[in-house]
Amino acid sequence: MAISFEAALGIHDKALAFRSQRAEVLANNIANADTPGYQARDLDFRQVLAQATGNGDINLKRTNGRHLANANTAGMGAELQYRVPMQPSIDGNTVDLQIEQAEYTENAIDFQASFTFLNSKLSGLMRAIKGE
Amino acid sequence: MSLTHIFDVAGTGMSAQTIRLNTVASNIANAESVSSSTGETYRARHPVFSVIKQQVDQDGFGGFASGFDSAAGYGVRVDGIIESQSELRQKYQPDHPQADENGFVYYPNVDVVAEMADMISASRAYQTNVEIMNTAKQMLQRVLTLGQ
Repeated sequence: MAISFEAALGIHDKALAFRSQRAEVLANNIANADTPGYQARDLDFRQVLAQATGNGDINLKRTNGRHLANANTAGMGAELQYRVPMQPSIDGNTVDLQIEQAEYTENAIDFQASFTFLNSKLSGLMRAIKGE
Repeated sequence: MSLTHIFDVAGTGMSAQTIRLNTVASNIANAESVSSSTGETYRARHPVFSVIKQQVDQDGFGGFASGFDSAAGYGVRVDGIIESQSELRQKYQPDHPQADENGFVYYPNVDVVAEMADMISASRAYQTNVEIMNTAKQMLQRVLTLGQ
């Protein structure tokens, strides 16, 4: 019986990739905390999860084989969204440093959680191979 | 792996805040540098920040947000340093060696209190970027232990 990594590792490797992607977006927000006119961005976990598990049917239905496939079907094309600012600033910057820092920390913890899950999946596979 | 991008992003943030600190130091050091004409007097300097927008993802195969990545930006850049055009402080000090023929000396338009506030803001922002880099480093180090 061949091991399917897709089935064995489940959603955790994708979750890990999403977390590192989101960390980059949040780091960019924080780096631009003093840039005039910069608008804070973020990725929506719910949207990405729906697409990864196939529940979010946001793609157009293809009733004919010649219809073009949506670009989103290949990868998980989650759109970057704009954060709604708590209070407007005079230079048009919508980065709230405290919120971004909290989100970044939370994201790092979630990354560790996904990592731990992935790690135990792998060590489980390893134990199965060794027959312990 | 986009975790390595975080080092670049936080690095640009730290470098931009360093330039900001540098201009603050220059402004405060020259707050009392007088001269006898408006043209020669030191003017307060301030950096102008803008987002680095990278058109193509260097990985070539994008991430979750492929196609939208360029809109989010890849850090911050200092576009240039502008000199403040606000009014210079003019003082009547006829016994000053730098006084002009009417007895006026011109002081720089540096607002020392605002510069001090700017300094604290810049050093806090720098600190935050360091924290971001540290956390990214921890995340990467954990990834390296995968499967052990």
